[in-house]
Amino acid sequence: MAYVAIADQGQELHDPQSFITKYIWSQDHKVIAIQYSITAIAVGLVALVLSGMMRLQLGFPNSFSFIDPQSYYQFVTMHGMIMVIYLLTALFLGGFGNYLIPLMCGARDMVFPYMNMMSYWIYLVSVLVLMASFFVPGGPTGAGWTLYPPQAILPGTPGADGGIVLMLVSLALFIVAFTMGGLNYVTTALQARTRGMTLMRLPLTVWGIVMATILGLLAFPALLVSAIMMLLDRTLGTSFFMPAILSMGNQLDYNGGSPVLFQHLFWFFGHPEVYIVALPAFGIVSDLLSVHARKNIFGYRMMVWAIIAIGGLSFVVWAHHMYVSGMHPYFGFFFATTTLIIAVPTAIKVYNWVLTLWKGNIRLNVPMLFAIGFVFTFINGGLTGLFLGNVVVDLPLSDTYFVVAHFHMVMGVSPILVVFGAIYHWYPKMTGRMLNETLGKIHFWVTFLGTYAIYYPMHYLGFLGLPRRYYALGDTSFIPDSVATLNASITVAALIVGVVQILFIYNLIVSLRKGKPSGGNPWQATTLEWQTPQTPPVHGNWGPTLPVVHRWAYDYSVPGAEEDFVPQNVPRDVVASEAD
Amino acid sequence: MNIFRALTQKPWLPDEDDSIVEIHPDGAVVLHSAKIALRIFLAVVATLFSLFMAAYYVRMEVPDWRPLAEPGLLWVNTGVLFLASVALQWTRQATYGENLTQIKLGLLAGMTLTLAFLGGQLWVWQQLMADGYYAVGNPANAFFYLITALHGVHIAGGLFVWIRTATRVWRGAEAYQIRLSVELCTVYWHFLLLVWLAVFWVLLST
Repeated sequence: MAYVAIADQGQELHDPQSFITKYIWSQDHKVIAIQYSITAIAVGLVALVLSGMMRLQLGFPNSFSFIDPQSYYQFVTMHGMIMVIYLLTALFLGGFGNYLIPLMCGARDMVFPYMNMMSYWIYLVSVLVLMASFFVPGGPTGAGWTLYPPQAILPGTPGADGGIVLMLVSLALFIVAFTMGGLNYVTTALQARTRGMTLMRLPLTVWGIVMATILGLLAFPALLVSAIMMLLDRTLGTSFFMPAILSMGNQLDYNGGSPVLFQHLFWFFGHPEVYIVALPAFGIVSDLLSVHARKNIFGYRMMVWAIIAIGGLSFVVWAHHMYVSGMHPYFGFFFATTTLIIAVPTAIKVYNWVLTLWKGNIRLNVPMLFAIGFVFTFINGGLTGLFLGNVVVDLPLSDTYFVVAHFHMVMGVSPILVVFGAIYHWYPKMTGRMLNETLGKIHFWVTFLGTYAIYYPMHYLGFLGLPRRYYALGDTSFIPDSVATLNASITVAALIVGVVQILFIYNLIVSLRKGKPSGGNPWQATTLEWQTPQTPPVHGNWGPTLPVVHRWAYDYSVPGAEEDFVPQNVPRDVVASEAD
Repeated sequence: MNIFRALTQKPWLPDEDDSIVEIHPDGAVVLHSAKIALRIFLAVVATLFSLFMAAYYVRMEVPDWRPLAEPGLLWVNTGVLFLASVALQWTRQATYGENLTQIKLGLLAGMTLTLAFLGGQLWVWQQLMADGYYAVGNPANAFFYLITALHGVHIAGGLFVWIRTATRVWRGAEAYQIRLSVELCTVYWHFLLLVWLAVFWVLLST
C-alpha cells in the first residue's frame, strides 16, 4: 500500500472562522506558540524587575525603604521560580517547541490541537494564580525557590499564609498544562513527520526540544508529588515533611516528617529541570551555528547521542544539590561520579560547536553573536560545575556567591542568550520582517558584557566566603570593605543589563510594522520551516501538499550546488542537474 | 523498527536511489497517534505513583509510623475493579462485531462496576474514619487517603471519557466509530488495575 502521511489523511484542520478563534481561542500551533511566548516574556519581565530590586538592596544596603528583609526574600523566591519554570521552561517548550516542531517535521499542526490549546490556557491560569500571590495578605512566599520545608510553611516565613498555597497550586496547574503540551510535542515528533523525514534527518532543535519534553514528562511528577504532600502538610496538618518542631516557643502538631524526603523529591525534579532548559538551548544553538557558519554541524550523530545520554544521566545526579544536607559518604561518592560523567557528553557538544565554527564562512549577524556568546558562557558555567560536583569542593562553596555565579552562568544567562538568538533568528519567519540589526547588536554587546560584569565578580565573592541568601551582611570580620564596592558595581551592571532589555522589546514591537521585509528564507537555511509557501506560514503550513524530505538538515556549502545551501525538500537529481 | 538502526543512520550520505522517500518515516503510523500518546501518558502516571511509593517507603523508616487496619472491604473493591476491567475488555471485543445491544450492555456494565469501585473506596474511607484513623493522626493513614484519592481521581477521569463514549452510542454512533475510544479506555483501566494491585500489595505488606 502506498504510504500516506498522517497529515495527508484528510485530517480536520479546524479552520479558524473569526478573530476570536483565529487569535485567541486558537488551535493553531503557531498562534499558541506566540501566546505562550508573550505570556512567558511578560512574566519574565516581572522576574527581571524583582532581580533589580534584590540587587538594589545588595549594592546599596538599607538605602531603599520599600525593601525590607521580608520583601527581599519574596523577591528572591519569585525571581527564581518565575525564571526557571514560568519563563524558560514555558518559552523553550511551549513557545519554540510549539512553533518549530510541526514546521520542522513537515506537519500541518500538532497531533492534538485542542489539547494543545488547553495546555496554553491552563498555563495562563497557573501564571495568574502565581501573580495573584503578590496581592494576598502576607504577599508571595519567601521560602526560596526550592521551597524547603519546614520553614516554607511555618509562620515567620514571608507568605506562609496565602503565598505558599498559591505557589503550590500554581505549580500543580503548570504541571497539568505542561503534560498536555508535552504529550503533543513528543507524539507529533514521533508520528507526524512528513515523508522522508527519518529520525536522523531531524534538525537538532527538534531533538533537543523533544528530549527535554521527555525529561519534563518524567520529572515534573516528582514536583507534583512534593507539591501535593506539602499542600496537605500546610492545609490539613499531616506530617509528610514536617518534623516535630517548636515555632515561637510553641510545640506544633507536626511529628516525624522528613524534610530530606522533600529535598530528594524536589531535586529528582530539579536536576532534570536544568536539562529541560539546557537541551532545547543545545539544539537551537547547534542549528544557529550551522546556518550562520554555512557549514554542516560537526558530528551530527554524536550530537544526537549526546542529547540522549545527557537526558538519561540527568536522572541520576540529583543529590549533588544536597551534599550540604548530609549524606552517606558512598552516596555522595556515587553522585559526584555521575555528575562528572555527565560532563563527557556535554563536553562533546561543546567541542562539536567549536569545530562547526572552524573554517566556517561565519556571518557575524545578531543570531550568530548570541550563539557564540552562549558557547562562551556555557563553558564558563560548565567548568565551575565541575568544581561544585565534587563533595569536598562543594561543601565550603555551596552557601556562597560562587554557586549563584555558577548556576546563573550555566542555566540563566546561557539559555537566555539562546532565547535571544532564536528570537532574532525566527522572528522573520513569525512576522515576515527582520529585526533591526543595529539595535540587536547593541542589545547583544550590552547583555553579553554586562552579564560578565555581574557574574564574574561573584565567583570571587564566593571564594571570599560571602554567604548567599543574606539580606544584609552586617559587621563580618572576614569580609573586606572592598566587597561593598564590588557589590555596588555588580548592581550598576545589573541595572544597565535590565534596562537594555527595553531596547529589545522596543525592537520586537517596532519591527512588526517597520522592519525590513524578510522574504521566505532570509538566512538561506535548509530546514523545512524556511520552505513554507507563505511567510508567515498560514494555517495548515504547507498549502495543498506536504513537503517531501530528500536530505538531512545540514547541506551547507555543498560542492557543485548552485547556491551554498540545499533545502531539505530538494531532490537529489535537481541538485545534480544544476551541477552539470 | 529497530531504534538502534535508526539512530546509527548516516544522514549526510547521499541516498543513491532516493528510496528513503518511498518508505514511511521510521516509527510513524505503526500505531494510532492517540495510542502512542496514551502510552506516554501512562508512563507519566506510572512515574507519579512510583514516586509516591518511594516516598511511602522512606517515610515508613521513622518510628512514629503505625500501620493502619486493612478493612476486608478492600478485597471486595479489588474484585469489583477487576470485574470492571473484564467488562471493558469484553466491550472492546464487542466493538469488533455489529451487535449494538452487546456494546451497550458492556458500556453499562463497565460504568456500573467502576462506580461501584469508587463508592466502595469511599465506604472504606468512612469505615476507617469511624475507627479513628484520621489523615492527621499518622503518616500511614495520610498516605493511604492520599494514594487512594489520587487513584480514584484517575479512575474518575477515565470514567468521564467512558461515559462520553457511551453517550455517543446512545446518540446513534456505529461500532467502528467508538472502537478507538473503547480500546483506549480499556488499556487505561487495565493499567489502573495494575496500579491498584501494586498499591494494595504495598499496603498489605507493610
